[in-house]
Amino acid sequence: MDFDLTDDQKLLTDSVARLLGDRYTFEARKGFQKQDAGWSADMWGQFAEMGLLGLPFDEAYGGFGGGAVDIMLVMEQFGKALVLEPYLATVVLAGTALRVAGSEAQKSAILPEIIGGAMKLAFAHGEQGARYDLSDVTTTARKAAGGWVIDGAKSVVLHGDCADKIVVSARTSGDRNDEAGITLFLVDGDAKGVTRRGYQLRDGTRAAEISFASVEIGDDGLLGTLGTGFAVIGRVGEAGISAMSAEVVGSMDKMLDVTLDYLRTRQQFGKAIGENQVLQHKAADMLMATEQGRSMSMLAAMMVDETDDAERTRNFALAKVGVGQAGRFVSQNAVQLHGGIGMTEEYLIGHYFRRVMMFEHSFGDTAYYLNKLADQVH
Amino acid sequence: MDLRFTAEEIAWRDEVRAFIDAELDPALRERMRVGFGPTKQETIDWQRKLNKKGWACPGWPEEFGGATWTPVQRLIFNEAIQSAPAPDLQGFNITMLGPVLAHFGTPEQKAYFLPRAANLDDWWCQGFSEPGAGSDLASLKTAAKREGDFYIVNGQKIWTSTAHMADWIFALVRTDPNARKKQEGISFLLIDMKTPGITVRPIISIDGSHHLNEVFFDDVKVPVHQRVYEENRGWDVAKYLLGNERSGIARLGKSRANLEFAVDTARQVRSGGAPLVEDRGFRHRVAQIEVDIKALELTQMRVIAAASKKSDGKPDPFSSLLKIKGTELLQATSELIMDTGGPMAMPIWASELHALGNEPIAPEWAGYMAAPYLMLRAASIYGGTNEIQRNILNKAVLRL
Ligand SMILES: Cc1cc2nc3c(=O)[nH]c(=O)nc-3n(C[C@H](O)[C@H](O)[C@H](O)COP(=O)(O)OP(=O)(O)OC[C@H]3O[C@@H](n4cnc5c(N)ncnc54)[C@H](O)[C@@H]3O)c2cc1C
Ligand SMILES: Cc1cc2nc3c(=O)[nH]c(=O)nc-3n(C[C@H](O)[C@H](O)[C@H](O)COP(=O)(O)OP(=O)(O)OC[C@H]3O[C@@H](n4cnc5c(N)ncnc54)[C@H](O)[C@@H]3O)c2cc1C
Repeated sequence: MDFDLTDDQKLLTDSVARLLGDRYTFEARKGFQKQDAGWSADMWGQFAEMGLLGLPFDEAYGGFGGGAVDIMLVMEQFGKALVLEPYLATVVLAGTALRVAGSEAQKSAILPEIIGGAMKLAFAHGEQGARYDLSDVTTTARKAAGGWVIDGAKSVVLHGDCADKIVVSARTSGDRNDEAGITLFLVDGDAKGVTRRGYQLRDGTRAAEISFASVEIGDDGLLGTLGTGFAVIGRVGEAGISAMSAEVVGSMDKMLDVTLDYLRTRQQFGKAIGENQVLQHKAADMLMATEQGRSMSMLAAMMVDETDDAERTRNFALAKVGVGQAGRFVSQNAVQLHGGIGMTEEYLIGHYFRRVMMFEHSFGDTAYYLNKLADQVH
Repeated sequence: MDLRFTAEEIAWRDEVRAFIDAELDPALRERMRVGFGPTKQETIDWQRKLNKKGWACPGWPEEFGGATWTPVQRLIFNEAIQSAPAPDLQGFNITMLGPVLAHFGTPEQKAYFLPRAANLDDWWCQGFSEPGAGSDLASLKTAAKREGDFYIVNGQKIWTSTAHMADWIFALVRTDPNARKKQEGISFLLIDMKTPGITVRPIISIDGSHHLNEVFFDDVKVPVHQRVYEENRGWDVAKYLLGNERSGIARLGKSRANLEFAVDTARQVRSGGAPLVEDRGFRHRVAQIEVDIKALELTQMRVIAAASKKSDGKPDPFSSLLKIKGTELLQATSELIMDTGGPMAMPIWASELHALGNEPIAPEWAGYMAAPYLMLRAASIYGGTNEIQRNILNKAVLRL
């Protein structure tokens, strides 16, 4: 086992931390959120300049050739600053779909555009009735001359409102839960028949409801091969869990820091509230949860490229539960230890609280993965 | 010993339920069922219906409109209201101020304020906490200087729930900055919110709602006859009030209604190809909450039965137990609701409705399911934090 980072990885972490420390203060973030897009195009440009948008992509396309650990390091820093930009959607989710299933032509057309910051993508898979069920797809794609016609609707598509291209899952055969009948497609965000309604999620990031009404795409819009979308969707979800887990770890670090500061400075009954042992123990519990969560986030990162399917899915279930529970514990106690101030929109803790809440309901919640693990107990 | 309700008690519960069914606006009831609070006007309208019926202020002495119910009857009443769900009796008026005035007020104060409070002609708010005085309430600094027949009040309150809709505020102020103990220099004042020099500033909470406020006092003139009880004895009044506040805070009926809503929604939500309600893990969570609700229901009865046998008027330290366990249940049930909603509970549906062209993005119930979870994180903070309640149990019951 080796927990050490390479020099390049240390450099990456430091430079992202420095950029965000300078430019992504809590106050600056409020300004970004108020911009029309709900995030900062300027910061997006900075990420491109630093090479973050090309982190997981091959050098052949102008990428950095990095792996899940590099993404983890960046996302931890993003979690500390609560970054609003469409990094997860573009680089991690849609980016994974392209890496795993894209044709050479698709990759060389799109990846350089992503890497340079010119193109944003979204991954449109979840539907209203589907909850966490990855095979539950009712959106359809039917073959037409020279291409495909897509009909249906996708729900809570992360950063779906600003995406130039959308990776869409659609049913090409079988009934509602048939894994073998799912295929992925690439659709232009402004294609005829695509309607997007963008809105803000509880954590301040953007999402969209997207409907597809007889959307026509060419044969080159097929991503991967017919009927093999389900496996790709699984990998995309895992990449998402890994990246967001790291983000939650960063958020936990920040919440713990801020809470400790508050325990040291807030005076009640003539002394710092942190002198009360019951609060010291709560803080110690928060520390333990953060560290346990960090371990599970590392596990997720190590599993992204694991080829043994059973091993990989089992470990992702363990990691998702571990990070989810840690995040809930730390964020609930961060509010509690602050008293009234922790309940206010003006203070930063609540914003971390809601980001962590979003994580728990993305890519399957704690109950969902506990069930998966329980099914394996014999 | 018999843990079951008597036939009379069951008849009483049916009577209360029948009244609610007949009088409560079904649209309001449905909105409350899915997690909305009532508007100010809806609370007033409901309170007045109860007042007409003689049910507006059951805990007050009979001569001021209180009911002659047994403690168990009162409990049944509260739970029927909460689990309907109907608007709660307005807490500041009914649970906090009323009993205080009935106990400590002058005849004039009682005659003027009590009927108006019962009918919600005046909406009261509670001005206790300050930026530097939260858990350590007695360190409050808002100053009231006596000048002839008036106090001149200067200072700031914070976390003042519903101050922006209030007509009056009852406030703790410091009348003797040199008292030997900080508890000894405090007085309890009734202040008209329209008095010049009062400014209310909103605080938005993490669920996006406006419930909390800051209230600033800048040379606010308050007639001395609006002081309750003796000068510098306001702490006695506050302690009496807080004891009442805590026991009303368990809101078991509300937790029961939350649980019902979660289960009802889980019948409609599909998980793994079947309704979520059929999921074993989900059912275990529900079962655990049912256990905790039952235990608290009986403990609450025991506390109430014991309290009705003693007559020293002192707050019962066991009300801290009810507060802790009751708020834990409110949090557990709202958490369950949010988890049941899952991804569909994540969008800020209500405030983003316009952006969405007024079309819901999910089944209608989903949009509100995270907000109560967020707001109820405060349940273990308000009314004295749950850490402070445990300190009270240690000191007053365990004597550690
Ligand atoms: C099975 C077993 C094996 C052991 N083996 C060894 C051994 O090999 N060598 C050896 O030297 N000792 C050994 N011990 C002793 C052990 O280290 C002591 O029991 C332990 O340090 C607690 O001390 P105590 O029993 O005097 O309890 P106390 O120190 O009196 O503690 C009583 C309770 O008070 C709590 N408490 C005390 N102080 C504080 C504080 N400041 N803040 C919060 N809580 C506090 C404790 O957590 C405990 O719950 C063993 C004990 C056991 C039970
Ligand atoms: C939604 C909401 C509504 C409210 N409504 C009103 C209202 O209408 N009127 C009003 O006057 N007030 C109201 N309050 C204020 C509420 O009573 C205070 O927030 C509460 O008393 C805690 O004070 P604080 O926020 O200053 O936290 P602090 O007292 O600073 O506490 C911070 C943390 O330290 C802990 N702590 C402090 N002292 C100790 C100790 N000795 N031992 C162990 N732990 C300790 C607390 O438990 C908490 O976890 C409301 C608060 C909220 C959140």
